[in-house]
Amino acid sequence: MANRVSPAGRLGANLAGIAIFLVCAFPVYWMVNNSFLPRNKIRNPDPTWVPFGGTLANYRRVLTGGRIWDALSMSLMVTLATVLISLVFAFLAAVAVTRFRFRGRISFILALLVIQMIPVEGLFISQYKMLEGFGLLNTVVGLTIVYVANVLPFTIWTLRGFVAGVPYELEEAAMIDGCSRMQAFFRVTFPLLAPGLVATGVFGFLQAWNEFTLAVVVMTRESKQTLPVWLSVFTDSQKGVDWGAVLAASTIIAVPVIVFFLIVQGRMVSGLTSGAVKG
Amino acid sequence: MTTTQEVLPAETSTPVSSGPERRRRSVNALPYGLLVPATAALALALGYPLVRQVVLSFQDFGLAQQFGKPPEWVGLQNYRELVTDSYLWKVVLRSVLFCLANAALTACLGLAVALLMMRMSKVVRIAVQAGLLLAWAMPVVASMTVWTFLFDTQYGIVNWLLTHLGLDFDGHAWLLHPMSFFGVATVIVVWMSVPFVAFTMYAALTQVPEELVEAAEIDGATGGQRFRHVVLPTIRPVLYVVLLLQIIWDLRVFTQIFNLQKAGGVTEQTNLLGTFIYRQGVGGGHFGLASAAAMFMLALAVVMTAPYVRLMLKQEKEA
Repeated sequence: MANRVSPAGRLGANLAGIAIFLVCAFPVYWMVNNSFLPRNKIRNPDPTWVPFGGTLANYRRVLTGGRIWDALSMSLMVTLATVLISLVFAFLAAVAVTRFRFRGRISFILALLVIQMIPVEGLFISQYKMLEGFGLLNTVVGLTIVYVANVLPFTIWTLRGFVAGVPYELEEAAMIDGCSRMQAFFRVTFPLLAPGLVATGVFGFLQAWNEFTLAVVVMTRESKQTLPVWLSVFTDSQKGVDWGAVLAASTIIAVPVIVFFLIVQGRMVSGLTSGAVKG
Repeated sequence: MTTTQEVLPAETSTPVSSGPERRRRSVNALPYGLLVPATAALALALGYPLVRQVVLSFQDFGLAQQFGKPPEWVGLQNYRELVTDSYLWKVVLRSVLFCLANAALTACLGLAVALLMMRMSKVVRIAVQAGLLLAWAMPVVASMTVWTFLFDTQYGIVNWLLTHLGLDFDGHAWLLHPMSFFGVATVIVVWMSVPFVAFTMYAALTQVPEELVEAAEIDGATGGQRFRHVVLPTIRPVLYVVLLLQIIWDLRVFTQIFNLQKAGGVTEQTNLLGTFIYRQGVGGGHFGLASAAAMFMLALAVVMTAPYVRLMLKQEKEA
């Protein structure tokens, strides 16, 4: 289609494209731009478009003032625990559904799909009650339990594709050459899965790292907030909102996420349509 | 169906069972063992709460129970209370309307962006893709702070821009009125969701066979006719999946609504199902009532998910 567009049509599409680019990118740019501006420039009725002569004062206030470091370590602990546990569990399950045919295989896959679609809000009340009963509210373990369940279905689904992508014939060949089935799997298939495991792990990382709803529900105590909850409360508690600090904090949280996302995004589109990722 | 399969590699790559696997079929307990950890984790964190929630929804579980009084079995009273409560119906109606409007808008805009991407020159297209990726990659909470800032009453650039266009928007409070609150929420939700739709639809559009479109053109079909009779039928399966996913996702917009409410919305007039349940339960201590409302939300989600699951199951069986 692309090569038969009339010059006028192409010009129109290009202009629209520039508009789309601006609408998409401007909020992100505006966040970074204003995070470098001193308070009087942010509050100036006329906007400052480029942060010439900007300041790092906002970043200094964020990094030294609030409890960002507590929130950061909380987020790191929960996210890493979630990713590790769900990768191991998902890997085993993915091997089961791709390398074996057994009764209940399709049911299991179907169940994953349904679970995937359960809205968090539909269960968070009873998850809260459960963790309260276990004495696990405001703990890393408690939040990790609900996060693993949240990330697991999509992790299994994605890994399944990767495991299936390694031809079984390779393992067979290794077995003919004298490997046991286990050896064949771990010496031949497993190394080929490494990129898939990394990509899937990064997806899980992003999901857990950005998660807000369950974190608000489970981590009710201020000292236990994860980064997203901390940012939300930080925005809230500013007297006459200190936008410079808020936007600096947002930038700090967003930049690593964006970088990670760009690394793995190529697989995102296909993963999403095949039901792999929770919105 | 070729398009769907091109865009859904995870689906098609399910292996066709080869010889040795088929032999192993009936005797092996190993695959079940491999599924144990995942199943146990899901049963603990989702299954058990679900059962508890059903029980809770039939109990009077309020603040007194929170402090140790045993919960009282009240049968359907929570449900009766919800069904007869006109406020809940308002919230449900609001949630469904918000969800459908956002999903439809996202799908239309996403498709429009994808169609435009087919026509623009390469440089512009790369810029558009970079912009879409940026918006897609932004963490939800960071997006919320930026958008709140953009729509800020005093320092927001939206008010500045509209004022400079000669409109009276100086000091306009966007979040005060429910309609305008949901307008802002829609802008944010759509901004976050369009990239996924645009990329997916663009991938589908590149799969539309060139010869078909050319043949239609030679036969004298106009641009509109070519789109409706050649392009649209090819991309329809993907469009359908995307729309379904969007509907399911837009039913749960807790983070966006919650944060906008804190930034200045009137909670009672802007609650959607998620924030309503949260405020009833965690906020207000009415766990019985909140559980009943949550069951309602689950039911709604299941109804909306059913066609998607059926579609996926069909592909699974074909694969």
